[in-house]
Amino acid sequence: MAKGLVTFNEDICKGCELCVAVCPKKIIELDQSKINAKGFHPAHVVNMDECIACGNCAIMCPDSVITVEKL
Amino acid sequence: MSTIVYKKTKALNDTQFHYCPGCTHGIIHKLIGESLVELGVLGEAIGVASVGCSALCYKYFNCDVQQAAHGRAPAVATGIKRVRPENVVFTLQGDGDLASIGAAEIVHAAHRGEKITTIFVNNAIYGMTGGQMAPTTLIGQKATTAPEGRTEEHSGKPLKIAEMLATIDGAKYVERVSVHNPAAVRKAKKAIKRAFQCQLEGKGFAIVEVLSTCPTNWGMTPVNALGWVESDMIPYYPLGNLRDFEEAK
Amino acid sequence: MAKVLMKGNEAVGAAAIKAGCRYFFGYPITPQNEVPEYMSKELPKVGGVFLQAESEVAAINMVYGAAGAGARVMTSSSSPGISLKQEGISYIAGAELPCVIVNMMRGGPGLGSIQAAQADYFQATRGGGNGDYRHIVYAPASIQETVDIMMEAFDIADIYRIPVMILGDGMIGQMMEAVEFKEYVPRELPEKDWATSGTKEMKSPRVVNSLYLEPELLQEHNVNLEKKHKIIEEKEVRYEATGIEDAEVVCVAYGTTARVAKNAIDDLAKEGIKVGLIRPITLWPFPHEAFDKINPQAKGLLTIEMSMGQMIDDVKIASNGRWPVAFEGKTGGLVPSSVDVVNAVKKMIGGAK
Repeated sequence: MAKGLVTFNEDICKGCELCVAVCPKKIIELDQSKINAKGFHPAHVVNMDECIACGNCAIMCPDSVITVEKL
Repeated sequence: MSTIVYKKTKALNDTQFHYCPGCTHGIIHKLIGESLVELGVLGEAIGVASVGCSALCYKYFNCDVQQAAHGRAPAVATGIKRVRPENVVFTLQGDGDLASIGAAEIVHAAHRGEKITTIFVNNAIYGMTGGQMAPTTLIGQKATTAPEGRTEEHSGKPLKIAEMLATIDGAKYVERVSVHNPAAVRKAKKAIKRAFQCQLEGKGFAIVEVLSTCPTNWGMTPVNALGWVESDMIPYYPLGNLRDFEEAK
Repeated sequence: MAKVLMKGNEAVGAAAIKAGCRYFFGYPITPQNEVPEYMSKELPKVGGVFLQAESEVAAINMVYGAAGAGARVMTSSSSPGISLKQEGISYIAGAELPCVIVNMMRGGPGLGSIQAAQADYFQATRGGGNGDYRHIVYAPASIQETVDIMMEAFDIADIYRIPVMILGDGMIGQMMEAVEFKEYVPRELPEKDWATSGTKEMKSPRVVNSLYLEPELLQEHNVNLEKKHKIIEEKEVRYEATGIEDAEVVCVAYGTTARVAKNAIDDLAKEGIKVGLIRPITLWPFPHEAFDKINPQAKGLLTIEMSMGQMIDDVKIASNGRWPVAFEGKTGGLVPSSVDVVNAVKKMIGGAK
């Protein structure tokens, strides 16, 4: 299985959770420990080792927050 | 060595969208931008912004844009395309703009076979003005001007724009897509790209109706709004191609 | 160049093409149909585009798009059609795009009539569209003047990035006169470095727009527009003034009615009554300065219009209480006669001499 690396431009995340909903591995959550400048808990990956680099999260992100790389 | 699976398209600048959290309008912006880049025509593109949530789209695209009066984007695009046939001209319009006040302009742009590409965002409501009923609002769907929900007796049935325009000869590419899950988004991208291809090949008018969400005015979470597109919108607004330019001979 | 006999509406089209106009978007309405008909025949011959739009609303928005793409573009219509164009005119003014709009006025309100009238003065000079905007309004009184103004109008529009309206009437549009097309010599024109043409991924995106959501920015935009309006008021006022320094009465009339006034003034002169004429050629900017040259002892000003009295408001403002202002007019498609004007003047001076 391909390994993925997902990076978030956290400052512009609106916490809408579309990425959370479409992740097949269920490894994305809103980071309750952070609040960004827009006042949202930004999304982050809790277990990057599980990422398969499918790109679903990035495709669904309306705000182009997410970059996905295949390692 | 890593390869990029997905990164933001260069067709969008760094200005942050004004769209509400989870509004899929942003996804549609990305698809337009990605299509222009992949077809190698970003530098030739001239967009036409409309009125509604899409009014401010000129702030985000890395291409020239004209902002049009409510419903008039196809007329403005006609003016541009007739002057600059070598450019790639597109309109981005919502359902209030295109299906209501701009019904005449879109019908006649299609009727003339105007070589423009229209991306029609159908979220079944007026977003920018705060949730009023649109021609595309579903029966039973509540809106601020249909507080008890739309009824057929009072307002008729929702207007099926893609089907209507597919009856017009000059419309050479007509497809309805959705962006409620990654597979749908991938299909939507193909359709939008093909709608631009239709223009590049000089075939005629092309439109992609994109079912989109309005979590704020639907009163739903963004994720539930995706579900509502699937459970309520798609049954009334079936997805699929209604006209393809290779078939239209 | 030799003179040719031409109908006003066709002369409009011919002058526009001579001045480099290559795009026309319009919709049929009487009494201006010869303009789109002429353009549909002649524009393709010079590589231009004529397009009959689905409505006047669409036509003016096509003008917006074409102007925003850098083209020399025009539309024409008549009164009810011009009403429909007001939305687009406001947007064009707001986005500071150049274009030429011809209005061959007919009677109103509503569907009114198809005969000549001058009842759109308010609409033309005050703006039927929303917001703080102005556009230049020329009111030619002959086919020759229509042609001369048409050929300049596109340059003026380009220089100030503003819509220019040619306000004729059914009479100007329909009558035939001998006309000479002078060689078009463009003024020094600014580069259209704002027009949308595609970035080629080389230059930063251009935006044609009239939306300013931040109040401070919209105010700044309006202040800038007003500065432009002031320059136009200083530089582009045009009028004809004859015999006003020693006149007993001064007629104020534009377009067709100015021709009637001239006949009446000649008749009155034969009776020893000195009557002057101010003929505004630009209705906006209105020629206020002309009124400062009027004989201070004049008995009054007589405004003559094919309306119930619209320009008279501007005449009163220009008069500023210095002279009484009277009105003579006919409407509904009727034209005041020189006898009407003679009688009105005599009434003002207390009868015949």
